[in-house]
Amino acid sequence: MALNIDWLKLFRGERKTSAQLAKDRLMVAVAIQRAELAGKSQVPPYLQKMREEIVSVVRKYVQVPDEAVQFSLQRERGLEVLELNITLPEHAA
Amino acid sequence: MTKIVVVTSGKGGVGKTTTAASFATGLAARGHKTAVVDFDVGLRNLDLIMGVERRVVFDFVNVIHGEATLKQALIKDKQFENLSILAASQTRDKDALTAAGVERVLDELVAEFEYVVCDSPAGIERGAHLAMYFADEALVVTNPEVSSVRDSDRVLGLLASKTRRAERGDGKVREHLVLTRYNPARVAKGEMLSVDDVKEILAIPLLGVIPESQAVLTCSNAGVPVIREENADAGLAYQDLVARFLGEERPHRFLDQKKGLFSKLFGG
Ligand SMILES: Nc1ncnc2c1ncn2[C@@H]1O[C@H](COP(=O)(O)OP(=O)(O)OP(=O)(O)O)[C@@H](O)[C@H]1O
Ligand SMILES: [Mg+2]
Repeated sequence: MALNIDWLKLFRGERKTSAQLAKDRLMVAVAIQRAELAGKSQVPPYLQKMREEIVSVVRKYVQVPDEAVQFSLQRERGLEVLELNITLPEHAA
Repeated sequence: MTKIVVVTSGKGGVGKTTTAASFATGLAARGHKTAVVDFDVGLRNLDLIMGVERRVVFDFVNVIHGEATLKQALIKDKQFENLSILAASQTRDKDALTAAGVERVLDELVAEFEYVVCDSPAGIERGAHLAMYFADEALVVTNPEVSSVRDSDRVLGLLASKTRRAERGDGKVREHLVLTRYNPARVAKGEMLSVDDVKEILAIPLLGVIPESQAVLTCSNAGVPVIREENADAGLAYQDLVARFLGEERPHRFLDQKKGLFSKLFGG
């Protein structure tokens, strides 16, 4: 099933529907809940898929190898952070 | 082999009792000897939804305490003679349900019925824990709403760790998603989480989607499980759900917006 976060829309700052907003918030809330309960060891099932889809969107514009995309969910001082790091090739920008 | 099925959700008021009553009635209607047990001690509800409130003499806690036999406490449904109801106690004693007591009563039910349906109370405390602890399968009742979905995910975590099956390494409790109070018109407008959204987040197989329906209130007013209402979407959706549970393939019929008169006349 396709992941319905429309990243391009997000980047362009288009308004999300109320349902999309709910879904986006839930994805993170559920991920955090699972991480808390499992002592951070468990990764929610959609994270891998989310990563793959983001990579495929990025590749529409820039050719990047798999390792160039780092994706992580962390807790830092009580703050939950979903971090996405894309290293662009030097000649791209 | 007898199956114990818990109807659970975490969040309160999402439709567990409505679902447990219709699910148990549907199993019985299809010829399976079924018992449905109310675990909501202190807040008995199932008896009203099943329309047997005036016939409750003994309850679950009476049986656990040995004040009545199971046979005395089970109430036979008037419509389906292979369906029995065990009412919850109205006691305010939170510790009235003991693990050993619940196990003994469930063992006795398992010996006599094909399906034992456990209607869980809300929350994740003792009552909810005991309702799910002995289960083989679980109907996870969820509304398309953020707090309900997160609570359901929480409950999935408990099903995978805090159940007899999990503790014995006896294989997983089989999980089924039941999405209730679904409003396709609001989903179409982007105002409500869609069934696909919820499926994606919870990542468990979908057993049924029950539309938001006025018939649910009318039926509870009358003490008739909504599955017996053949003229209501919600009733038909529960019939499909039971059929799927028993292994039939049925399309999901009520996911799309009902066409109003205008679009019926002019297409669209
Ligand atoms: N499909 C539906 N359409 C409309 N109303 C519904 C639907 N399902 C349930 N309801 C209504 O929602 C309310 C709560 O339902 P129900 O008692 O089944 O929930 P519950 O999860 O058992 O609650 P509790 O957590 O208190 O035990 C009731 O008023 C019921 O009539
Ligand atoms: Mg209830």
